[in-house]
Amino acid sequence: MAVRELASVAEKRQRSRGHFARAWSRLLRKKLAVVCMVTLVVVYLAGIFAAWISPYGYQEQDYSHIRESPSVDISGGVGNFWNNSHIAGTDRAGRDIFTRILWGIQNTVLLTVVAMLTGALPIGLTLGLLAGYFGGKIDSLIMRTGEIAAVFPEFFMVIIIASTLGPRIREWVIWLEDNTFFDGLITSGFVDYIVISLALVSFGWIGLARLLRGQILYLRESQHIEAARAIGASTKRIMFLHLLPNAMSPILVSVTMGMGVFIGTEIFLSWIGLGIQPPRPSLGRMLLEAGNIGTLRNEPWMLFAPGFVAWILLLSWNLLGDALNDVFNPRTR
Amino acid sequence: MFKYAIRRLLWLPVLMTVASLFVFTLGTYGPGDPVIVMMGARYNPETADRMRKELGLDRPFHVQYSEYMWNFVRGDFGESLRFRGQPVRDIILPKMWVSAQLALVATAIVVVLALPLGFYIAHRQGRWDDPTIVAIAVILGAIPIMVTVPSLLWFFCRYVKWIPCSGWGGIFDLRIVVPVISMGVFQIAGLLRLMRASTLDVMGQDFVRTARAKGLSIFQVDRIHVLRNALIPVVTVMAFSLAGLIGGSFITETIMGIPGIGRFVVESVFNRDYPVIMAVTLIGAAAFGLSTLLADIAYAMIDPRIRYDSESNLN
Repeated sequence: MAVRELASVAEKRQRSRGHFARAWSRLLRKKLAVVCMVTLVVVYLAGIFAAWISPYGYQEQDYSHIRESPSVDISGGVGNFWNNSHIAGTDRAGRDIFTRILWGIQNTVLLTVVAMLTGALPIGLTLGLLAGYFGGKIDSLIMRTGEIAAVFPEFFMVIIIASTLGPRIREWVIWLEDNTFFDGLITSGFVDYIVISLALVSFGWIGLARLLRGQILYLRESQHIEAARAIGASTKRIMFLHLLPNAMSPILVSVTMGMGVFIGTEIFLSWIGLGIQPPRPSLGRMLLEAGNIGTLRNEPWMLFAPGFVAWILLLSWNLLGDALNDVFNPRTR
Repeated sequence: MFKYAIRRLLWLPVLMTVASLFVFTLGTYGPGDPVIVMMGARYNPETADRMRKELGLDRPFHVQYSEYMWNFVRGDFGESLRFRGQPVRDIILPKMWVSAQLALVATAIVVVLALPLGFYIAHRQGRWDDPTIVAIAVILGAIPIMVTVPSLLWFFCRYVKWIPCSGWGGIFDLRIVVPVISMGVFQIAGLLRLMRASTLDVMGQDFVRTARAKGLSIFQVDRIHVLRNALIPVVTVMAFSLAGLIGGSFITETIMGIPGIGRFVVESVFNRDYPVIMAVTLIGAAAFGLSTLLADIAYAMIDPRIRYDSESNLN
């Protein structure tokens, strides 16, 4: 009992620092969470700076080094080993797998972050806030739409959207290239990005909207909202100053978990051939090309190298989400 | 309760109608003309027009749609555009049955492993085996299924040579081992942790302490008080985990050459075979809606505190 009291006193002393600052410091005390965050930062930076880090070009074929197993070559001096060795081996066309993984990470990382931050998160938050705060017709309209969208199994929805909207968007972009000064959009993989983002957003917003709606419904009845309304705070002020910040913790957990789901879906889409199109490398595509017994017997690194990276990404996001959940709801452990 | 179930059942056709309208609209106005895809290199405008007329694709949208829906209600799902002359029903039902068997066996494995294990490790909180088992489950669960299936296949078929390398022979065939491990054993993390958290939650409740205090044995308390209450939140999630298996089963089916619905649907999407897509969408939506309804009803039957008849609980 005494310990708990002491803890609550310490908690009170910390209160001046604010909810999220405290949560952050609690998160930093978890070793696993810190390891996950560091891993994610390293992998993300590696992907973002792929152009500078990668020792080769992602399309560069070297027919003197076909199907080479992972190796470190220091014959050219220690200083040159980075540019001489294939640390994840090469594939059947002599392309360096490590390089292709870096570029694949770049695609996955950019796509999922962009789809989350510009698509699923703002849409989900807006709709959830509206549904929860106003209730009534707006609420049923938004929630029924979500229900209908949720009727399609996620992967099916994603396939339908990617395969039907993809060609049409491609046509638009080609028109854009022909008629305006924009150039090189197709070769930059711009179309694939839009299609995959749309597919990800199509199901990503539902969970967030539902979660936020539940939170708002609960918070709306609490006394501090009543007090705010009593002193004449505007609807906008109540929504963005009182409701949203208070509902943020579960949203943060959900977004963290959602990043893992987005990465999995992106890899899945590229795997079935609806995502990033070759010759641009993607983790899903690499897993598809290496995912058969023959390749596995002779060149296992072709499957395990990209698989390992995908595994690390998924695992880190999931564990980080768990840690965040623990931090925000310390009782449910 | 009864009223609630009826209301949910009435909502189901509405859901299916809107979903079918969505797919039908994409099929009619979306990119990719199925006739052009069907004819491929032999395309010429006159034949295409004739084919459209034969298939009834030149009629107005609402006529096509209402005719399709009327036939669907009577159990006629139309004719496949890709395999001419074959009714969609005869093509997809056997494939759906294969996929359903696969999903059911995998779910059964998940349940059989995850529930007892989760219950057990909740009792071992703070010792070594609790975090160890959770960690193993989470680590296995994060491996992409595109990696586990080929790896397991290589191990069982090329290394120890226990099973044939591909194909499908029903649920009592050896070839189900790889799908079951990759979709079952490797995917227990979610349910395992839910069961663990739920058990821990119940174990901390007052009535459990009371039951112990009045002298019931540990086994009685566990069996009657803890287990039953811990299962309540788990039941609802199980319905959704079945739906979540579909993506995984698609990948497994493709790599192993199992004649399930997953691969077939994707091929149909690529070939703009809209009758097939429509039928699968509608059947899938109905199955999904029914399974969530069943889960909700089961939820109320296990936990008498839950009532659905008040408006506020509708969602």
